[in-house]
Amino acid sequence: MQSVVLQTVIKLLLPFIQVYGLYIIFHGHISPGGGFAGGAVMAASFVLFAMSYGVGEGFKRLPRLIAQWLESLGGLIYIALGLTGILRGAAFLTNVPEWLGQAGQLFSAGLIPLLTTAIGLKVCSTIVTLLYHLLEEGHYDSQTD
Amino acid sequence: MRVALTTFVLVAIGVILVMMVAEMPEFGAGKPASNEVSAHYVKNAVKETGASNFIAAIILDYRAYDTLGEVIVLFAGIAAVLVVLDVHKGGRGR
Repeated sequence: MQSVVLQTVIKLLLPFIQVYGLYIIFHGHISPGGGFAGGAVMAASFVLFAMSYGVGEGFKRLPRLIAQWLESLGGLIYIALGLTGILRGAAFLTNVPEWLGQAGQLFSAGLIPLLTTAIGLKVCSTIVTLLYHLLEEGHYDSQTD
Repeated sequence: MRVALTTFVLVAIGVILVMMVAEMPEFGAGKPASNEVSAHYVKNAVKETGASNFIAAIILDYRAYDTLGEVIVLFAGIAAVLVVLDVHKGGRGR
């Protein structure tokens, strides 16, 4: 379904949705939100684009292979950040709150914002990969009918 | 016979449930051991983690291992979905 009204509105809305998603992810340790919610908002922007412009255009903007790589990368970044705790001689996933400034600032709370970013990447690419596959099924079916 | 047996088992389970509920501490009364962890979080979370959002401090610092499990659950879920959806493509390749 290609609609000019839908495509124009989506084109105007997309930057705001993505900035809001990034805001939720990066402020996860200061205000309500975090990786799961922000990643879902980011994924909603990609899925909206793919639904209004067709799956083919969506693949051009965020190829499926890259989404699948980001998917594994998010989990691996999380584990790698956890291993830094062992490298410093503490337990797995030990936080370092002394890094980068006071509580309440954007750059604070040690590992927490980095972990939130990894989770956001992971959740976003998971939802995008899932919805790409579902949308592509419908695309394929409508072509064969 | 079966009805009587079922009724007996259900009544027995109900009695056990009522006994357990009667053993529970009153709401807000005393200081059971289960309240100490949350009291510790309320007092020390910001100081210990540096995160002013309390929820983030708990799920990404005190219980970061649990969140790693959630990430792995997401990974397993999407892997299973992709396997199931790709079955119908009949080896057309990606």
